[in-house]
Amino acid sequence: MTFSDQLEKRFAELATHYPIKRSALIPMLLYAQDEVGCVSDEVVHEIAVRLDLTDLEVRNVVSYYSMLHTKPIGKYNIQVCTNISCMLRGAESIFDHIRKRLGIGHKQDTPDGMFHLEEVECIGACCWAPAMQIDYVYHENLTPEKVDEVLEGLKKNL
Amino acid sequence: MKITNYQLPITNYKFAMAALTSHPDEVKVVSRRFGQGATDIDRYLALDGYKATQKALAMGSDAVISEVKASNLRGRGGAGFPAGMKWSFVPKQSPKPKYVLCNGDESEPGTCKDRLIFEHDPHSVIEGVIIAGIAVGSHQGYIYLRGEYRYLIEIMEKAVADAYARGFLGKNIFGSGYDFECAVQTGAGAYEVGEESALMESLEGKRGIPRVRPPFPAVVGLYGGPTVINNAETLANVPHIILGGGEWYAGLGPPKNGGTRLFCLSGSVNKPGVYELPMGYNLRKMIDEVAGGIWNGRKLKAVQPGGSSVPVLTADEVDIAMDFDSVGKAGSMLGSGAVVIIDDSTCMVKYALRVMRFYQHESCGWCIPCREGTDWLKKTLVRFHSGGGVRRDIDNIQYLAENMLGRTFCPLGDAAAMPIISLVKKFRKEFEDHLEGKPCLYEDHSKIAQLPVLTAYDHRAADPWTHAH
Repeated sequence: MTFSDQLEKRFAELATHYPIKRSALIPMLLYAQDEVGCVSDEVVHEIAVRLDLTDLEVRNVVSYYSMLHTKPIGKYNIQVCTNISCMLRGAESIFDHIRKRLGIGHKQDTPDGMFHLEEVECIGACCWAPAMQIDYVYHENLTPEKVDEVLEGLKKNL
Repeated sequence: MKITNYQLPITNYKFAMAALTSHPDEVKVVSRRFGQGATDIDRYLALDGYKATQKALAMGSDAVISEVKASNLRGRGGAGFPAGMKWSFVPKQSPKPKYVLCNGDESEPGTCKDRLIFEHDPHSVIEGVIIAGIAVGSHQGYIYLRGEYRYLIEIMEKAVADAYARGFLGKNIFGSGYDFECAVQTGAGAYEVGEESALMESLEGKRGIPRVRPPFPAVVGLYGGPTVINNAETLANVPHIILGGGEWYAGLGPPKNGGTRLFCLSGSVNKPGVYELPMGYNLRKMIDEVAGGIWNGRKLKAVQPGGSSVPVLTADEVDIAMDFDSVGKAGSMLGSGAVVIIDDSTCMVKYALRVMRFYQHESCGWCIPCREGTDWLKKTLVRFHSGGGVRRDIDNIQYLAENMLGRTFCPLGDAAAMPIISLVKKFRKEFEDHLEGKPCLYEDHSKIAQLPVLTAYDHRAADPWTHAH
């Protein structure tokens, strides 16, 4: 399979960082997932070949890291933190609000393939809680109104 | 294609920047360049940037280590181990290359301080890594950030590239004849990787599973070479110690607890935020004054003074100095500097359940007391919180947690057990209030997750409309 030039450049750069090839595995998986949409069988095989690993060795690693997923998900990945600092400031009602608004639950996708919702562990936004990340972008000090605004904004983006 | 999403952090950059807070009692050392544009290398140089590295190169290994020892700098990741001493354990001569690792896998619930350092002062971390390298005779550093911190990885990568372009990294740095290479590495979502040996496994491209010690990383670490691994905040303090002197830094805090600390005040308070306060600052004052007191006119119920993995303190126990030794004496730990403040509208059984759900999710599964213990505890607490508990469960929860202590390869087992033991001991009445099918006093009952035997195993995925706790 082929990756974009931008990603190939990144992979080439990564390879220069370590004394052993395998060290590039986790960043390669994450960056490939960003481009392809998930760590598909094709991605697993391609990366395994490049790093002189078996597909199984790569799969063993993929299953450990919670950001990696092997199936495609909705275009926008909404990850709501409900850990202690966020919970104390109303994260559960934020999660409920999004759930009702989109009509989906934890690790589910909207039928139009637009949104994927996930309840996640601490994302390091404790002092700006409650918070969520949508495709790596932090949205903090959330209120239901602010959530609506963000989701509307994403729909307009399309 | 997802590639368009990948562009988002750039176009929506304002969303990524975390808001800064301040208080007159702050003593700014690590945070002195916050909000001053120090991500730009020229601006960083104008703010005394890279002077410490040049000074350290002139001082040499032994002098750097003794300066850091004199500073009483202790590990900011949680364990509080003296940094200078850690460095001195690395053998001078080694047939294998030595490594310096910066642990930026910040994942302890309640902790968000390293994020600000990477965002506002990335070069100070690079300097810390280089100076640690000079101290132990290493020529390669890695800065490991959690995968969720993508915008910070971009900031750090740019900072490293800028430093290379100026000759501050690479061959013959600052014309000193000393070579030092440095790279930024991303994780992909795993709390466990914040544990030192698991981080090394991850950096070697494997599952983040802890290693058996001894041998300790200072002797056999990354790629089998002697390795120094420090938290990002610890390393970001080092350039300031080299420039200001160990004695000055030690003097900022009480004996054996040098310097300042980035305290992440979060939870039920009016002004949550990251504040840099001297070690030994009074916890009550921190809650009432710095964090602006408890929100919504509520009262303080409990505090976790060092992240989700430390024993809770009750409202009567907060009149203590926030340094490693004083918090230890009070029966808790200073941990990662995350002060989670809990008001009196919170159900402590639910709190215990949320903490345990986290550790159950993050346990790597390598050793049995942690893997099974966290799972049993989570299931018991789900049942207990929904009103299905029996009196024996209360002692059983404590018994299970106590049997995890000290019986695991890494501290995750202890981290899961300690808060639970303290919650049962200090809030036993709240556990008793949930007995005999009595409804939780605090929660909307339609939202309490039911007995695990009555719902599918992964209750979060089972029914989108029933809130899962």
